[in-house]
Amino acid sequence: MRDEKKYGMVIDLDKCTGCGACMVACMAENNVPFKEDESNKLDSITWMRVYKLTNEKPFPEADICYIPRPCMHCEADHGHSPCVSVCPATATDYSLRTGIVSQIYSRCIGCRYCMVACPYHARYFNWWDPVWPSDMEKYLSPNVSPRMRGVVEKCSFCFHRYQLAMDKAFLEKRRELKENEYQTACAQACPADAITFGDLNNPEHAVQQLVRPDRKNGGRTKHPRAFRLLERLGTNPKIYYLSSREWVRRAGDNYLKKENKTLSGRST
Amino acid sequence: MNKLDSGEREIPENSADKDVIVPSAKTEKKKKHGSGGPIFLFFIFGLAASLIVGWVIFPKLLYSKKKQPINYNHVLHLKEVEDSCDSCHFFREDGSFSGVPRLVLCVDCHEEVQGETPDEAKFVEEYMAKGIEVPWLVYSRQPDHVFFSHAAHVKLVEIDCAECHGSISESEKSRVYEVNRITGYSRDIWGKNIAGFKRNTWDRMKMDDCAECHAKMIGTDETNIKKPFYGLFTNLVKIAFSGTEGPGRKTSAQTRQEACFVCHK
Repeated sequence: MRDEKKYGMVIDLDKCTGCGACMVACMAENNVPFKEDESNKLDSITWMRVYKLTNEKPFPEADICYIPRPCMHCEADHGHSPCVSVCPATATDYSLRTGIVSQIYSRCIGCRYCMVACPYHARYFNWWDPVWPSDMEKYLSPNVSPRMRGVVEKCSFCFHRYQLAMDKAFLEKRRELKENEYQTACAQACPADAITFGDLNNPEHAVQQLVRPDRKNGGRTKHPRAFRLLERLGTNPKIYYLSSREWVRRAGDNYLKKENKTLSGRST
Repeated sequence: MNKLDSGEREIPENSADKDVIVPSAKTEKKKKHGSGGPIFLFFIFGLAASLIVGWVIFPKLLYSKKKQPINYNHVLHLKEVEDSCDSCHFFREDGSFSGVPRLVLCVDCHEEVQGETPDEAKFVEEYMAKGIEVPWLVYSRQPDHVFFSHAAHVKLVEIDCAECHGSISESEKSRVYEVNRITGYSRDIWGKNIAGFKRNTWDRMKMDDCAECHAKMIGTDETNIKKPFYGLFTNLVKIAFSGTEGPGRKTSAQTRQEACFVCHK
């Protein structure tokens, strides 16, 4: 296809300080609801979530790494993301034009099959209708519809920003976007500049230059620092992580302790 | 008439006994089954009553009628402006559509009352002088999960405003705004006709109406059941197993239609 795009992210874990600015930016940008008591993390909705990894070693070698996790917008080798193929209501779909996995809240019936299918816990269920503190309703983004009780939601790569950027392009009689015209809220909010967002198919975009994904081989990269989460499942996620630490790269997939080779063939 | 009536009455008296018995037996038979008559009538009246309730009374109860704060005359204003619709309903530089204009646009002419209409006087007194925005009721406001790009339709493919909104430029007064008491949406979304029939594009603004026009563009008539017989089987397969192979531009894995994310947000 002529205008086929594959929006994706490269997150440099060496730069990430775990500050959580991406999480805050995402919550604010996408009208993500929260509760008064968020102590039960199984209930809380976080499209972008920063996890803390430890290498589980005693003091001298003890090490931690923060890993931000948005929706991976998997393409999978057969063109179906795990969540897309299971949805009985066709409420979620994989766009071949942008590479973004959509979630249509008004179509979702809340069966949560997609949450079961998603290997990344990127999908969240609205157990309650969203309630914002009274004055906060004025701060909600009019470009993102709030979700009601009983539907699933997830990171959309700030799709409304794509829609608005396209509007501007249409006004100028263009159909193509420049790299800086469409950026996600988390990428812009990151103070350490750890998140890079762009079109993985476009050689002019920074993400493509960083990881140079092999399109014919499930988007695999030969970048020595790069890895993807649970890559061996074949979900072909579009979020690439960079880390110079071997144990972090290994933590990205379920490697056995005896296994000494990672997917890209690098020995450990 | 009287003659006929009397003649009919006379018939049983003049006729033989046998003949008298036969019609009376007939009437007895009718009486036995006659209990169905009132029930049938009751059914007819009940059906008529429920149809009237469903199609006439319920729609009237469902929609509450509201008057616009100011009775706006499009004809009058169009004479004064240079750029037709674009003068007040313009595009911002970032590509977004301004929609209903705000006071800033009116202030140049309406800082003081210049006409004689009571509506203008009301507008200047109540809103312009106090600096309060007019709470216009927007006939075409969509639910908040709908994304409609005016730029794509008006600027990119250059569709005329009237094609979707009708001849609003010829309206001399604001019509009554009807709002659905349950959903809170304008009646223009569902359409004036409660059965969903429409004559013009602007009679209804549902998703079906978007799809109607877009289907023509991408050739979804592949799945038209009205196609000749040889296409019947393949059509049925396509309709029954819509996930396997659908029409459209093949721009998404499941729906083949841009993943629904084009018009939803």
